[in-house]
Amino acid sequence: MTAYNFAYLDEATKRMLRRAILKAVAIPGYQVPFSSREMPMPYGWGTGGVQVTAACLVPEDTLKVIDQGADDTTNAVSIRKFFQRVADVAVTERTAQASIIQTRHRIPETPLIAGQILVFQVPIPEPLRFLEPREVETRVMHALEDYGLMQVRLYEDIARHGEIARAYAYPVRVEGRYIMDPSPIPKFDNPKLNNSPALQLFGAGRECRIYALPPFTRVESLDFDDYPFSATKAAGQSCALCGSTVSYLDEVITDDAGGRMFVCSDTDYCAARVAAGSTEDAA
Amino acid sequence: MTPLLQVENLSKHYGAHLGCGDVSFALWPGEVMGIVGESGSGKSTLLNCLAGHLRPDAGRVLFDTREDGPRDILGMTEAERRWLARTDWAFVHQNPRDGLRMNVSAGGNVGERLMAVGARHYGDIRAQASDWLERVEIDVGRLDDRPRAFSGGMQQRLQIARNLVTGPRLVFMDEPTGGLDVSVQARLLDLLRGLVRRLGLSAVIVTHDLAVVRLLADRLMVMKDGRVVEQGLTDQVLDDPQHAYTQLLVSSVLQV
Ligand SMILES: Nc1ncnc2c1ncn2[C@@H]1O[C@H](COP(=O)(O)OP(=O)(O)OP(=O)(O)O)[C@@H](O)[C@H]1O
Ligand SMILES: [Mg+2]
Ligand SMILES: [Zn+2]
Repeated sequence: MTAYNFAYLDEATKRMLRRAILKAVAIPGYQVPFSSREMPMPYGWGTGGVQVTAACLVPEDTLKVIDQGADDTTNAVSIRKFFQRVADVAVTERTAQASIIQTRHRIPETPLIAGQILVFQVPIPEPLRFLEPREVETRVMHALEDYGLMQVRLYEDIARHGEIARAYAYPVRVEGRYIMDPSPIPKFDNPKLNNSPALQLFGAGRECRIYALPPFTRVESLDFDDYPFSATKAAGQSCALCGSTVSYLDEVITDDAGGRMFVCSDTDYCAARVAAGSTEDAA
Repeated sequence: MTPLLQVENLSKHYGAHLGCGDVSFALWPGEVMGIVGESGSGKSTLLNCLAGHLRPDAGRVLFDTREDGPRDILGMTEAERRWLARTDWAFVHQNPRDGLRMNVSAGGNVGERLMAVGARHYGDIRAQASDWLERVEIDVGRLDDRPRAFSGGMQQRLQIARNLVTGPRLVFMDEPTGGLDVSVQARLLDLLRGLVRRLGLSAVIVTHDLAVVRLLADRLMVMKDGRVVEQGLTDQVLDDPQHAYTQLLVSSVLQV
């Protein structure tokens, strides 16, 4: 513990990160460049999120880390252990008890509240990347709100597949201004981004970008009037463990014979419902 | 009446080399201006300066904007120029590859400008795209095909549809019929003439094909070595050329 500064990063680095975070909060949805540091884990393991978390942590914090909704996956466990070691903060698996939640690919089912910070790990921050590979040009497009091309991409989806065929990383418009990639969360989670009482921060380590949604920010999923966004998931399934029909489910293989079942991807939400003896629909 | 476009003493050098020099003219609403001249005479340079793609060294380009009347496009912000470029202006490139998105369907290509200015109804966008495919004589059954699979003539017609869909007030065209077979050229020219007449388009068309200006242009500017050597009504210039270079140009065409 004494071998590290609190939360691993030195104070100058944390100050640099906090400046970037403040700027990101001041301009919701705008990607702020920052100089990403080497972290003791490979890119793709959430180095952007880890740096943002490190810059936000204070000794009084209670940290929760999830990967695909689960607290017990390798990635989540190793990041949680890392912060226990370098910051000695309390940790929890309970969404309601956490002051900071670092996440990859999900937003917890339990509604977030004021005072909480949700930190997303982001692989590719630029929503226009696949339409326009030139960074110089995408920056101009954001600056000038030149977003026709983004809509063309959705148009092409409908023309080809009959619907907007985008289940993850579904692009959003922030406060009617910047188009933002919400990281590869399922589109099922997109409505949770909107008007959230929590502060939502996004860190992309390899790409050196931080962006943010301050509390109560308007976040709209892009769509067409006659093909409205819908946050659907696989219909007609309920969780085999807690019976929830409203949570986001993962399909898991249960035996060598190819047996399978659907369970909540949010392990905390599911465990709490099981503990409360609920096998009916969530209210 | 105010000219739609008023060009004053426009000059553009490439280093020490003159691209175009001291060009002045006015384009009135509903008028088609042809610019002819041999290769390297400065036609594309001039057109690109007018359309805001190139920054001239000197001169003014006043465009009669909807909101504020005539404004120098060089004094506009990049944001304002880009807005004009996707609303009131259109630019048809000689090579359709420069003006189309080759990996986007025909419908998406035509719909892009509509979406760029806020259209959000898929059905309406599609209906307008279909309508425009018909107007440029492309089978509506090709709506979801990518232009890669189109012939050169179809690609050029698609580029025209993509440009005209937002009802631009000013169309720039650089050799719109260049690089096409003669029979394909004739069909495209016919189509362009129909559109110009029906829509009352204002346009600046660069070409070195006098047949194109004869059919499309009300007025004509003849360029040589970056300078305008003669301008006037198309028929006048072609039938009674004053400048020795124009006389040569006209007679060389007659020999073909
Ligand atoms: N990017 C450039 N850099 C340097 N010189 C250029 C550049 N573009 C054009 N020029 C020169 O400027 C002059 C005008 O060129 P421009 O392309 O405007 O002619 P043009 O009339 O359009 O010719 P063409 O009929 O071949 O298209 C030519 O001498 C050309 O070599
Ligand atoms: Mg040229
Ligand atoms: Zn469950």
